[in-house]
Amino acid sequence: MYGQGILKGLWVTFRHFVNTYVDDIRYAGRKYLRQENFAIRQGLKAQGAFTVQYPDEKLAVPERFRFTPFLVVNDPDHPEAPGDDWCTSCGICAKVCPPQCIWIVRGSDPTTGRPVPQPEAFFIDIDICMNCGFCAEFCPFDAIKMDHNYELASYDRTSHHIHDKQYLSRPLSYWKTIAPTTALEEAVARGGWEHPDVLKAMKKAGQTAVTPTWDNMFTKPEPAAKPLPPAESADEDPAKAERLRKREEALARKRAAEAGEPAQPAAAAVEASAPAPAAPTADKPKFDKQAMLEKIRQRKADKG
Amino acid sequence: MVDYPIVKTTDIKAAVDALKQKFPDAIQDDTRQGYGGIIVDKNHLVEVATALRDDFGFDYLSSATAVDYLGISDHMEMVYHAYRTAGGPALVFKAQTPRDKPEIPSLINVWPGADFQEREAWDLYGIKFPGHPNLKRILLWDGFDGHPMRKDWQEAYYEEDHKPFESRWPGGWVHRAEERNIYGKNVKYPADFDLSKLSDTSEESHYADLGLGVSVQKLADESHIKTDRLVVNMGPHHPSTHGVFRMIVTLNGETIEKLEPVMGYLHRNHEKIGERNTFLHNMPFTDRLDYLSSMGNNLGYALAVEQLLANGARYQPPTYRAECIRVLMVELTRIVNHLWAIGFLLNDLGAFFTPALYAIAEREKILDFFEATAGSRMMCNYMRFGGVFKDLPERIRGEATRVNDLVRDYDTMEFLTELINERLPRSIDELDQYLTDSEIIKSRTVGVGYLSPEMAIAYSAAGPLLRASGVPYDVRRADPYSIYPELDFDVAVRYNGDIYDRYLIRLDEMRESLRILKQILPRLERTRGEAIFAGNKQHTPRVPLGEAYGRVENPKGELGFYVVSAGDEKGPQNPWRYHVRAPSFISLTALGPMCIGHKVADVVAILGSIDIVLGETDR
Amino acid sequence: MPTLDLRELHNTEFPVPDEMQGNIAITSLSRIYNWSRRSSMWPLLFGLACCAIEMIATAAARYDLSRFGMEVMRASPRQSDLMIVSGTVTKKMVVPIVRLYNQMPEPKYVLAMGACASGGGPFKEGYNVVSGIDMYLPVDVYVPGCPPTPQALLHGLIALQKKIDGQSLANFDDVPWYGVGPSEPTPIPILGPDIIDPRQMDLIRQQAELAAAGKPYGVRDLPPTIKPEPAAAPKVPAKTAAPAAEPDDPEKAARLAKREAALARKRTAQGEQPTETPAPAAEPAAGDQAAPKKFDKEAMLAKIRERKAQKES
Ligand code: SF4
Ligand code: SF4
Ligand code: SF4
Repeated sequence: MYGQGILKGLWVTFRHFVNTYVDDIRYAGRKYLRQENFAIRQGLKAQGAFTVQYPDEKLAVPERFRFTPFLVVNDPDHPEAPGDDWCTSCGICAKVCPPQCIWIVRGSDPTTGRPVPQPEAFFIDIDICMNCGFCAEFCPFDAIKMDHNYELASYDRTSHHIHDKQYLSRPLSYWKTIAPTTALEEAVARGGWEHPDVLKAMKKAGQTAVTPTWDNMFTKPEPAAKPLPPAESADEDPAKAERLRKREEALARKRAAEAGEPAQPAAAAVEASAPAPAAPTADKPKFDKQAMLEKIRQRKADKG
Repeated sequence: MVDYPIVKTTDIKAAVDALKQKFPDAIQDDTRQGYGGIIVDKNHLVEVATALRDDFGFDYLSSATAVDYLGISDHMEMVYHAYRTAGGPALVFKAQTPRDKPEIPSLINVWPGADFQEREAWDLYGIKFPGHPNLKRILLWDGFDGHPMRKDWQEAYYEEDHKPFESRWPGGWVHRAEERNIYGKNVKYPADFDLSKLSDTSEESHYADLGLGVSVQKLADESHIKTDRLVVNMGPHHPSTHGVFRMIVTLNGETIEKLEPVMGYLHRNHEKIGERNTFLHNMPFTDRLDYLSSMGNNLGYALAVEQLLANGARYQPPTYRAECIRVLMVELTRIVNHLWAIGFLLNDLGAFFTPALYAIAEREKILDFFEATAGSRMMCNYMRFGGVFKDLPERIRGEATRVNDLVRDYDTMEFLTELINERLPRSIDELDQYLTDSEIIKSRTVGVGYLSPEMAIAYSAAGPLLRASGVPYDVRRADPYSIYPELDFDVAVRYNGDIYDRYLIRLDEMRESLRILKQILPRLERTRGEAIFAGNKQHTPRVPLGEAYGRVENPKGELGFYVVSAGDEKGPQNPWRYHVRAPSFISLTALGPMCIGHKVADVVAILGSIDIVLGETDR
Repeated sequence: MPTLDLRELHNTEFPVPDEMQGNIAITSLSRIYNWSRRSSMWPLLFGLACCAIEMIATAAARYDLSRFGMEVMRASPRQSDLMIVSGTVTKKMVVPIVRLYNQMPEPKYVLAMGACASGGGPFKEGYNVVSGIDMYLPVDVYVPGCPPTPQALLHGLIALQKKIDGQSLANFDDVPWYGVGPSEPTPIPILGPDIIDPRQMDLIRQQAELAAAGKPYGVRDLPPTIKPEPAAAPKVPAKTAAPAAEPDDPEKAARLAKREAALARKRTAQGEQPTETPAPAAEPAAGDQAAPKKFDKEAMLAKIRERKAQKES
C-alpha cells in the first residue's frame, strides 16, 4: 500500500513522543524530584536523550576532560613550602605544544644570574590553545594539568585571554578534587604525594615518603623532619571505606600485573582464549552479551 | 565488479618490471633512501599512466600531490599513488620538474579524479599542467600573491621554519603575533602592490567561461541579454551545504546544465602548518580535518608515521591491546559519522531536523565515552606513534560533583557492552524503520544522482560513494591494516549508485561496524591490564628518512597521509612534506557530473549523499 | 524559558510585596525591553568549522537551545539577531561574513565561539586565517575552547543575555540604533594579493610608498621585553580551589575550609584583596554593566544632537 512507509515512519515519531512520558511514569516523577535523579535521566537506562537543564543542572565532565591548562602549586597549608611552583621551567611543554601557545620565562637567581628551577613567568594564550593536552601529558614533573572549568566566556579578550602565572596556578588539592583517580595514579608513579624533586631529596636523606592511597590523599603532609606517622585508616563511613578499599586493591593488582607477568604475545593470546562457549554451531565467534556481562560482574565480585 | 583487462601481476615488482620493458627509457627506480616506486620521465608520463591503467589494472588513482625539494635536490615533483580496485598495495610513481618553470602533463584524461588534485598543486605550488582544461586556483582566490606551499614562501606571521620556536622558552615574554605586524592583522602585501587596481577580481574567473559577464560595465553595454540560462550561487552561506561550500549552478529552467564547486572557504593551511610542526604536533591537527571522525584521522596519520618509524632501529609496533582499542575507537567513529550523515541527508531532503535529532541522540553516548577516554568529545587526539594516549578508564565518570558521580558512574566495559549490544542496534534499527520505506524519501532519492561504477572509479570516488556504485572496495579488506585481517565482517556494497543506495549503504556499514565491535569486546576483556605501549612514548622522535603513505578506510572514504621525512641526516623532527588525501575533497570531483540533468533541489540532496566535511575538503 | 516568571521583571527600586511576587511586576521600560530581546534571540543558521558541530549539538535534544528562546535558527540574516561565529574565519570567508553581518538588522550581536573565532586559534599562523573575527566585526562575547563544549557555549550565551540585561535605553552608547539614520555598514574587505581592509587604506598606501622607496615595510618591532606589571594581570579573581566540599563529609568540609582560610591569608600577605567566592571570568564584567543607569532625558537628547551634528559635518 502506498503510504505504508510514511505511516511506519510516523509511528516511530509517535513512539518517541510517547516514550518520554512512559519514562516519566515509570520512574513516577522521581526523575525530576531530586537532584540526584538527574542520573536516571542521563543514564543508560533512560529511553532517548533528556535535556540537561544547564545552568541549573550541569553535566560535569569526566576526569580526563581537557579544557585549558593550569599549573600545579603546593597547597597553601603545606608545612614547608606553601604555594611553591611545581614547574621547574624545563620547557618541555612549550616544545610539545602544537600551536606554540605556551611562553615560559626561565627563572634565574637574582644574585648569580644562574637559572633556577622555577619559572619567572608563564603564559598561555588561550586564543591559540587547542586543548590538546600534550603539555600535561609530557610534563615530566606533573606540574601542568588540564583544567575542567569550561565556563570562561568573557566580554573582552585582550585582558582575559592570556593566562599568566598567577591566574594559572592552582593548588595540588584542586587537581586532587577534580581528578582524584588520575592524581592518585600519578602520585603512585612518583612514589609520594610530593613534588618529584622533594621525593628525590627525601630518598637521599634516607626518608621514605608515605605511599599514596585514597586515604591519605588529603592528609596534610608532615614536616619532613618528624617521623612519619602510619597512614590513617579509612573513614568511618563503611560504604565509602569499602569502595576505597576496592579501588586500592584494583590498583595494587594492576601494579602487580604490570610488574609481574610480561605481556603475552598478542596473537597467541587470541588463539588461546577460545571464543564464547555458547556458540559452537556458528562458524564465527558469536557475541554473547549475557556471558560478557556475567564476566564483568564476576570480575567485580572477585575484586570485592 | 567492473571488468578490466587485469594482467595477472599481483606483485608490484612484477608490474614495475613489465613496465620497464615496455618503456625502457622513461622509467627509473626511485633510489633515494627510504623511497620506493618509480620515477617517470615527464614527457612519457601520460603514456605510462595509460598503460598502467589499461594493461596493468591500476584503475584507481588514489592521490596526486606535489612536493617541493628546495634545498635538497632543488626540483619539484608530483607523486601519484595508483591502486587496483581488486586490491593490493600501491604503485607509486613520480614525475619531476625544475622549480623555475614547473610543468607536468595533466593526467586528467587518464584518471579524471586527478582534476582537483592538479588544480590544488597549481594553486599551492604553481605547477602548470598542460592539458588541464580548467586550471585555476581552487583553494585560494584568484589574484592571491604567490604559491604558498613552496618552501620559500613565507606568510605574514612567519616566525621560524620549524617548531618549536626559539621565542617560547627560556625567554618567553608573551606577545601576540599581530603585535608584530604593522597592520595588526595576518596580512602582508607584495612590495610592488599596485594600489590603483583595487577592485575585487577574485570572482571573475568563476563566471568567465559561463558566457555571462559579471562585469557591470559589460552588462550595461549590451542593450539586451538573450539567454534562458540562469546562474545561481549556492553558498558559501547556505543552510544545506554542510559548511562553507559554494556551488555555481547554471540552470536551464530548473534543470542543471553545469555545476562548478567552489571551495577554499575553510582553507586553514593545514599542510603548510603541518610542515612546520613536529611529527607529533600534527596529531591534534588531524582531529580538525574531518572533525566528525577524529579517531579515524588519528589512526591514518599514526599509520603513516609508524611506517617511517619502522625503518628505524628502536621502533616497536603497538601492542595487541592498543590495536584493539584503535579499532574500537575507529568503528565507533564510523557509526557516529554515518548517523550524522544520514541525519543531515534527511535535513537536505527537507525533513528538517527531526531525523537528525533522532540520529544524533545516540551519538551523545558515544561522545561520552570518547570524552571519558580521550578527554574531548570531538577532538580526541587519542592515537600516538606506537600506541594510544591512555588505556580505557576503569569507569566513565567525573569526580567533580556528587551528582555527576552518579550520572556516569558506569564500568567502562559494561557501558560499552550495553551501548554496542542494546542502544546502538536499537537506534540503527529505528532509523531503518523510520526512513527506509518512506515513499517520500524514495521518490526523492531513487535514481537521483546516479554514478556508474566506471565513473566512480575514474573520478577516484571513495568510501560509501564508491561502494554504493557497486565497487566492493574497502581499504580494510583491499590493503588491510591493524587487526582487520582477523576480524569477521563483510564489505557492504550496493549496486544502484543513487542517493537511496548511498543511504542504505551507510545503514549496512553501521551494522558491519557493530559486528566488528562485538568481536572487539571479548578481545578487550582478554587483554585487560596489558600494556598499550610496547616501547616508550616519545614526544619528539627522530624519524628515519623516507616517504610513507598511510591510508585508512575512514567513514567518508579512503583517507591517506603522504608524509616525507627529509632534510636532516640524523632523522628530522619535522615532516618535509605532509599531505592529506582527503576523501571529501576528491569525491567532490564527481559532484558536477552527477548533478547534470537533475533539478536544482536535487543538488542539495546529492551533495548530502556524498557526505563531505569542509575541514577536510579545504584543509 | 518555559514559563514566564514575573520575578525576572521586577525592578529593584519598587519592592513588590512577597505575596504578590508571582502575580504582578513593576518594571521599567529598559528592563522589559531587554527581557524580551534577550529571551528571543534568533541566531543565524551558519556554521564555519568544527565548532559548528558543537553548536548543532547544543541546539539538539540534549542541551536544547530552545530553553533560551534561541532555537529558531534563521537561515536568512534579515531575520536573525545573533551571529554565532562558530569556527575558523578564513580570509576568503570573511568577505561573506561581513556582508551577512551588514544584512542583519539592529540590534545585532556577535558571539565568537571557540579559539579560532576569538583570536585565530591553532591555525592562527596560517596564511589564509583571520586572527579573530573582531578584526572585522565588533564581538560581544568570546567563548574560549577548542571546541567549547555545548555547556561552555551555553555559558557564553547566558553571558550575552546578562550583557543585554545590563544595557539601558537611557544610555545612548548601549542602544546606538535608536540614533539618527541607519547605522554605518562595516566596509567589506577586498580580496587582492592579500585581504585588504578598506579601513586601513591609508596605512597600506603609506607602507606601499615605503616599499616603493626601498625602505623596510610591513613589520613593526616589538618593544624589547614586555614585562607585565603584576597589576596588569587579568582582572579575574584567582579561582579558589574547588567546589567540592561535600555536605555529608564534615571532615573534608573542615579541611576545605581550612585550606580556604590559608589561601586567603596567603593572598592578603601578598598584598591582594582576598577574594570571596570563585567567580566565572565573565561575572565581574557583567556586574559592571548590570545596573541600568537612570534615564536622563536631557543627556540623551544632547547626545543625539551631538551625534547628528557630527554626522552632518
Ligand atoms: S614541562 Fe612541566 S616542568 Fe617543564 S616547563 Fe612545562 S610545566 Fe614546567
Ligand atoms: S593544551 Fe595543547 S595547545 Fe594548549 S597549551 Fe597545552 S600543549 Fe599547547
Ligand atoms: S576553535 Fe578549534 S574546534 Fe573550533 S573551529 Fe577552531 S580548530 Fe575547530
